[in-house]
Amino acid sequence: MKKLLQSDWVSRLIDALLPIFATLAALLLGAVMLLFLKVNPIAAYAALWDGAFGSSNAFAETLVKATPLLLVALGICISFRGDVINIGGEGQMIIGAIFATWVGLTFTGLPGWLVVTLAMLAGFLGGAIWGGIPGVLKAYFRVNEILSTVMMNAIAVQLMNFLLRGPMIDPSQAELASKIPQTARLLDVFRLPRLAPTRLHLGALIAVVLAILVYILLWRTTLGYRIRAVGQNPHASRYAGIKVPRYIVLALLFSGAFAGLAGATQVFGVNFRMITDGSSSGFTGSAGFNGIVAALFGQLHPIWSIPASILFGALLVGANSMQRMVQVPSAFVTALNGMVVVFVVSSEIWRRRRQRRRLAAVHQDEEAPPPPDAEKRPRPETAT
Amino acid sequence: MISDLFSVTVLIGILASGIRLATPYLYAAIGETFGQRSGVLNLGVEGQMLLGAFAAFYVALTTGNLWLGVLTAMLVGALMGLAMAYVTVNLSAEQGISGIGFFLFGLGMSDLLFQKLMGTVETVKGFPPMYIPGLSDIPGIGEIFFSQNLLVYGVYLLVPIAWFVLNKTTLGLKIRSVGENPDAADSLGVSVARIRYFTLILGGTLSGIAGASLSIALLNVFQQNMTSGLGFIAVALVYFGAWRPIGVLGGALLFSMINSLQLWIQVLGIPVPSDIAVMMPYVLTILVLVATVSRVRAPSALTKPFEREN
Repeated sequence: MKKLLQSDWVSRLIDALLPIFATLAALLLGAVMLLFLKVNPIAAYAALWDGAFGSSNAFAETLVKATPLLLVALGICISFRGDVINIGGEGQMIIGAIFATWVGLTFTGLPGWLVVTLAMLAGFLGGAIWGGIPGVLKAYFRVNEILSTVMMNAIAVQLMNFLLRGPMIDPSQAELASKIPQTARLLDVFRLPRLAPTRLHLGALIAVVLAILVYILLWRTTLGYRIRAVGQNPHASRYAGIKVPRYIVLALLFSGAFAGLAGATQVFGVNFRMITDGSSSGFTGSAGFNGIVAALFGQLHPIWSIPASILFGALLVGANSMQRMVQVPSAFVTALNGMVVVFVVSSEIWRRRRQRRRLAAVHQDEEAPPPPDAEKRPRPETAT
Repeated sequence: MISDLFSVTVLIGILASGIRLATPYLYAAIGETFGQRSGVLNLGVEGQMLLGAFAAFYVALTTGNLWLGVLTAMLVGALMGLAMAYVTVNLSAEQGISGIGFFLFGLGMSDLLFQKLMGTVETVKGFPPMYIPGLSDIPGIGEIFFSQNLLVYGVYLLVPIAWFVLNKTTLGLKIRSVGENPDAADSLGVSVARIRYFTLILGGTLSGIAGASLSIALLNVFQQNMTSGLGFIAVALVYFGAWRPIGVLGGALLFSMINSLQLWIQVLGIPVPSDIAVMMPYVLTILVLVATVSRVRAPSALTKPFEREN
């Protein structure tokens, strides 16, 4: 019995480490790809590490990149826990940013702290609307949320392009022939305060605080409990009297809200204006997708999503230095992220298997006497 | 200017380019239909298309052989399908998420190869229009249906073939049974794994052609992220078409005709902001999904990994 508990502890540790093993496997495959590109993988990964953690400035950049990832990831934790697949982070970020930028450009007479607060709330609201629409469509019209969120991404990009070329264009650009599609610059007093003499801004701290709040929401409130219950078993939830459609909408709404906040912090903390190159990644840096990766890596746990976001932020920052130092296009890291996702979801099978074996072991302990064939088949956990 | 839209030449132009524009997502959506009918949701279509588009373009550019380009795209797509099959069938990984992984992989990989092997945007002479003797001379009809390139003809032939295979052959029956009730299919001796491998590799191959049809038949260039969401549209069309090839065809045509209309509106200089025009097909797709999806039922085993119980 004691031995069983001990091995149980070991197997739980292995479970927790699985994503790290999976990432190492992806990095290894990435190294093979680099060899094919005739690049020394050690030099490439060294450049990546150096770019991400080599100096305090580098680390600050990593945290700056990690901030939107973490915010998106928090939303993903909520929606995926509710068994709602939100692929709409990109669009939700864009709409959140538009709402926040509008606040920042409109209420120029108000004090800075107030405008920043209002802008963050506006971003939260914008994302909530953009996530809430697919939520309503799924809950009440049975439209698959994967599809609707993807469509909403495309619509958000065009809306951004339209607004930045027309109604929201920088008045000084409107007079020029070039007409660069961008908004006016925010007033300096509207910037999110810096946390250090780097580009690191208050958004990072907000994200970490929110991670704790999302943890509390999911595991310490009725709302979170119901979202998770609906995610695990909608039928049972219905019999238990939970209004399933309402919690589907709420899951997507919150998920979108956090992505919207991510968009708002990008504008108020990093760029200080919105500018478009016509694509969504031009504004978001694909954080809407990479945030999903970070959340999965953090096993859909808000607290574990913090280190996961830092890891992927580091990969993004490191990718730039890799491009400079060893001429590997930063697209390599996008491909690497993809492999990490595939490896991490694939590695889940070992966790499920061990879980099943654990359950079987518990059942056998309860049953007395044990079934005759249990003696013959040694279980890996108890074998000495 | 609005009245220009209703002239016969413009109408023919809209229809002809609508038929042509449907090609890439129709290939991909037919492939996805097979996958979903067997119970696997492949969200990696976009990535498969991008890699296919790059492979076809690069091979066509370096060898000058368009068919070799298509063949390479098919091979690349098939390999992606094989990988997806291993991950979702053997490792029972969550389908939606692993699909996103394959999407990101294809997105990054095609961009990486593009920058490493080419570096700048180049053009190739793609598949030329092939005029069907006799038929292409029919006024209007000829220009719309019989003056397209080979890959366009191919996809419209593919639709009835897909319908036939799914509905009238033993293979199709096996695919459908694996998607509806894998346990029953398994107990009757149908290999769930083998069928899903088949549909996913087929789907990948078709996504590869879809990419090729973009890069060496429609646009004749390769750019980073040139599919810009078409692969996801293809997945949406499968739902839209209620998992039936004919329905998928209808959805693809509707989407492409609106797209074509929107392009012509811009060509004619009708004062609608282009960004708003580009948005329309997506808005409409959502609206149509609202109107149709609630009436049809997805294959019962869709997204569920199959594991034998004992």
